[in-house]
Amino acid sequence: MKKIFERIVEGFLFLSSTVTTITVLLIILFLFREGTGLFGKSPTEEGFTVAVNKNNPVSELNAEQVKNIFDANIENWKQVGGKNDSILVFRMDDIFKFYTEEELAGVDTNMTLLASKIDEVIQKNPNIIAFISSKNLPANPSSKIITIAKINLSDFFRGEEWFPTSQPVAEFGIYPLIMGTLWVSFLAILIALPFGLAMAIYMAEIAAPGVRNILKPLIELLSGIPSVVYGFFGLIVIVPLLQKTFDLPVGETGLAGSIVLAIMALPTIITVAEDSIRNTPVSVKEASLALGASHWQTIWRIMIPYASSGITAAVILGIGRAIGETMAVLMVTGNAAVIPHTILQPMRTIPATIAAELGESAKGGMHYQALFALGCILFIITLVVNLTVEMISKKRKQNR
Amino acid sequence: MIEAKNLNLYYGAFHALKDINLKVAEKSVTALIGPSGCGKSTFLRTFNRMNDLIPGVKIEGDIIVDDENIYQKGIDVDRLRKRVGMVFQKPNPFAKSIFENVAYGMRVNGISNEKVIKEAVEQSLKQSALWDEVKDSLKKSAYALSGGQQQRLCIARALAVEPTILLMDEPASALDPISTAKIEELIHELKKKYTILIVTHNMQQAARVSDFTAFFYMGSLIEYDLTKTIFTNPAKQQTQNYVTGRFG
Ligand SMILES: Nc1ncnc2c1ncn2[C@@H]1O[C@H](COP(=O)(O)OP(=O)(O)O)[C@@H](O)[C@H]1O
Ligand SMILES: [Mg+2]
Repeated sequence: MKKIFERIVEGFLFLSSTVTTITVLLIILFLFREGTGLFGKSPTEEGFTVAVNKNNPVSELNAEQVKNIFDANIENWKQVGGKNDSILVFRMDDIFKFYTEEELAGVDTNMTLLASKIDEVIQKNPNIIAFISSKNLPANPSSKIITIAKINLSDFFRGEEWFPTSQPVAEFGIYPLIMGTLWVSFLAILIALPFGLAMAIYMAEIAAPGVRNILKPLIELLSGIPSVVYGFFGLIVIVPLLQKTFDLPVGETGLAGSIVLAIMALPTIITVAEDSIRNTPVSVKEASLALGASHWQTIWRIMIPYASSGITAAVILGIGRAIGETMAVLMVTGNAAVIPHTILQPMRTIPATIAAELGESAKGGMHYQALFALGCILFIITLVVNLTVEMISKKRKQNR
Repeated sequence: MIEAKNLNLYYGAFHALKDINLKVAEKSVTALIGPSGCGKSTFLRTFNRMNDLIPGVKIEGDIIVDDENIYQKGIDVDRLRKRVGMVFQKPNPFAKSIFENVAYGMRVNGISNEKVIKEAVEQSLKQSALWDEVKDSLKKSAYALSGGQQQRLCIARALAVEPTILLMDEPASALDPISTAKIEELIHELKKKYTILIVTHNMQQAARVSDFTAFFYMGSLIEYDLTKTIFTNPAKQQTQNYVTGRFG
């Protein structure tokens, strides 16, 4: 009877762990499948075509070039590898500049007629570039269709423009987002480390047991506060403060994000660092004191170095956890997807981008896939961070 | 010149040392023996005020080191510990190089002249009979040494700050017989320069290394005399029973 019961429990445990493992693997698989779907695609909308005169030597453009020509930032063919000739942009509406109403009679019902008219315009103007639908050209056009470079990994990582929904070509350069994430995180570490370490030392070595017994649960409570609350705090207190102090046009900056992130990371940093300082063997501490070292010398020269790997792990873990807590950062960094040059300008992090944009992206579309690709990158970053922490703490155990 | 006068020590409500009076002879080895838990370590640690670290400890009476009561107000404990060195039961080197382990005491005591430090490190390692074994690997981690070597390193570390008194709490109890023999030999050498107090639970060791022996039992000093007397002709029956191995 007992045997059977144990068997059932065992089976249940096995089943649930299998299901959990499979679920996790499926989630990762899903993430990467959606994320990698972006690459190899054309960054244009379905059916969108760019055509030029067939004597134009240019036959391939990348997304950025197309966008810049469309927005009239590039005005000469020379800039994209063609002849020294100004660019004439042609959009569908421009058809009326080339033909009179009479000449165009019937085009609204006869697609073939319209197509041939457009083809004709392109033929007549050697410096033209037409942004049109593929339906607006004849089956065998005499004008040349431009190949638009497909989205590739290198453009994805090094591209400096993040315009996932722009027309006619979307741009998926995540370099500014990566830089934003790095700036905000590193600055957060710089802010959190001294405060966290000071607090950890105070709690581990200096505070009376009574004080510590009050502080410890208080700090643990801090880590239970939802990140939106930190975000509000940042928005209402830190953002205006920064704006006033540094006389900025907007207070929502990378620095604001770093401060909020640092505050959110502090509980983890303090708790883990305190533990590792406390874990310094009493015998080693006593050895230092017995040699005439003061308490501070002992803390500084013996305990901190002894706990250094634990402290490193504490900081990485703290920031790693906090950066995943998107909301607060999203609320205060200003979220401009530009490569940061100072900490006092708006920045945008990867998690914030996903959180802000996923809701408005069409399922299965390129924007959606790009956000999943960002998710993959975040996943890889987290994985690396966790492995690093794991390695550090393993090394720590070996040193014992 | 060290002395305990009417010394009482309490761990909270627990009376761990009871009215101890003991005068230690200079440049000699005094062994503290007694069954486990009788207060030997506690007593030893009163001489460098190591018990200060334990919350709830209360001390009454005087400990005199160099004509000065070390428990009076205004005593610089860090300076006291520089004069009264300590070697612990288990080797406890720092996670630093061999060189830095020995140099540490000097650095924290404000010596920064590298030449002075280097000479003192060599001198201390020679005194603790470790120099020949480590002179080519001073930069290596102290953890790379064997247990016996680590303990001698800890002795060198204590000697480097030039104490006059050396407290040793069962310094060989965690070591193999060969390392133990080396440490005992070392103690013989060191007593020419230092006043040594050594706790040991090993009767033979006490007999071999010490000039005087103090027998403790349940927080009281039962008998204190020349080692020879304690082991051959003690005044108290309790001592007799203990040193002949009839209890403890
Ligand atoms: N930190 C402490 N707190 C409370 N009691 C202690 C503490 N350290 C030692 N004791 C008690 O004091 C007595 C003497 O301990 P100790 O000096 O370590 O004995 P020994 O070194 O002779 O074995 C023991 O009964 C022990 O339990
Ligand atoms: Mg002991």
